[in-house]
Amino acid sequence: MNTLSDFVIVSAMLFGIGVYGLVTKRNALRLLFAVELMINAANLNFIAFGQYLPSASATAGPSTNALGQTFVLFSIALAAAEAAVILAIVVVAYRLHKDVDVSELKSLEG
Amino acid sequence: MMVVTVGSAIVALEADEIIYGAIGLAGSLFGVATMFFLLNAPYVAVFQIAVYIGAIAVLILFTVMLVREEKWAKEVPATSLTRLAGALTGLAVFIALAFAVIATNLSQFSTLSNNATFFDIGVLISSGDAPVLLVLGLVLAASVVGALTLSRADREERTQ
Repeated sequence: MNTLSDFVIVSAMLFGIGVYGLVTKRNALRLLFAVELMINAANLNFIAFGQYLPSASATAGPSTNALGQTFVLFSIALAAAEAAVILAIVVVAYRLHKDVDVSELKSLEG
Repeated sequence: MMVVTVGSAIVALEADEIIYGAIGLAGSLFGVATMFFLLNAPYVAVFQIAVYIGAIAVLILFTVMLVREEKWAKEVPATSLTRLAGALTGLAVFIALAFAVIATNLSQFSTLSNNATFFDIGVLISSGDAPVLLVLGLVLAASVVGALTLSRADREERTQ
């Protein structure tokens, strides 16, 4: 496990599993799990490409481009905010409907 | 590491008890964090462990405990058609990405060419990306206020 393609393949697997979860699951918490897996797949790609590919500005030798890592730091913080809001919505939906099955939550249906 | 990460991801979605699913998700996130270590990005790896496993996984575990019901132990299984459609879609996405990886010959990159340090990340965040950091702080504050408002509004509704 030491080339760029290995990490990108793992990332593709995680993304595929996330897509599978989004399509098949009806439990809101499982949907959150699937979304988190997909976000992690994207983060892994950012870091892998950022660490393996030489920076455009660097002519030769190792570069010190921290852009990929910085993007992932921002992405992790945003994912934390997203998870907090989704979990709050799940708790409220459970109190109102006694269920977190997204196919049963029809209050907003037109 | 690849087996742990992908296996835990499958457990997260397919475990019968949702609490085991939450633990599987934490395992998968930990696997990704170790990959960050392998990629010579220890700062991001520690950040991932602190935020994802320390905060999000624990938050999910508490939510599961709050809203858990016995009937979920036997979660209504998706119909075989939905399950097949999901598996096919996930597989198609994976195969498309894998073909892209093979076609672009990414395995030629076998040495880590970037040795950016903790210091470089700090310089980048505090200079060029400083406005992004400020906006991110606002987004985090707004999400926390939104989450608190949601739970408070529900409590007021129940007391009336």
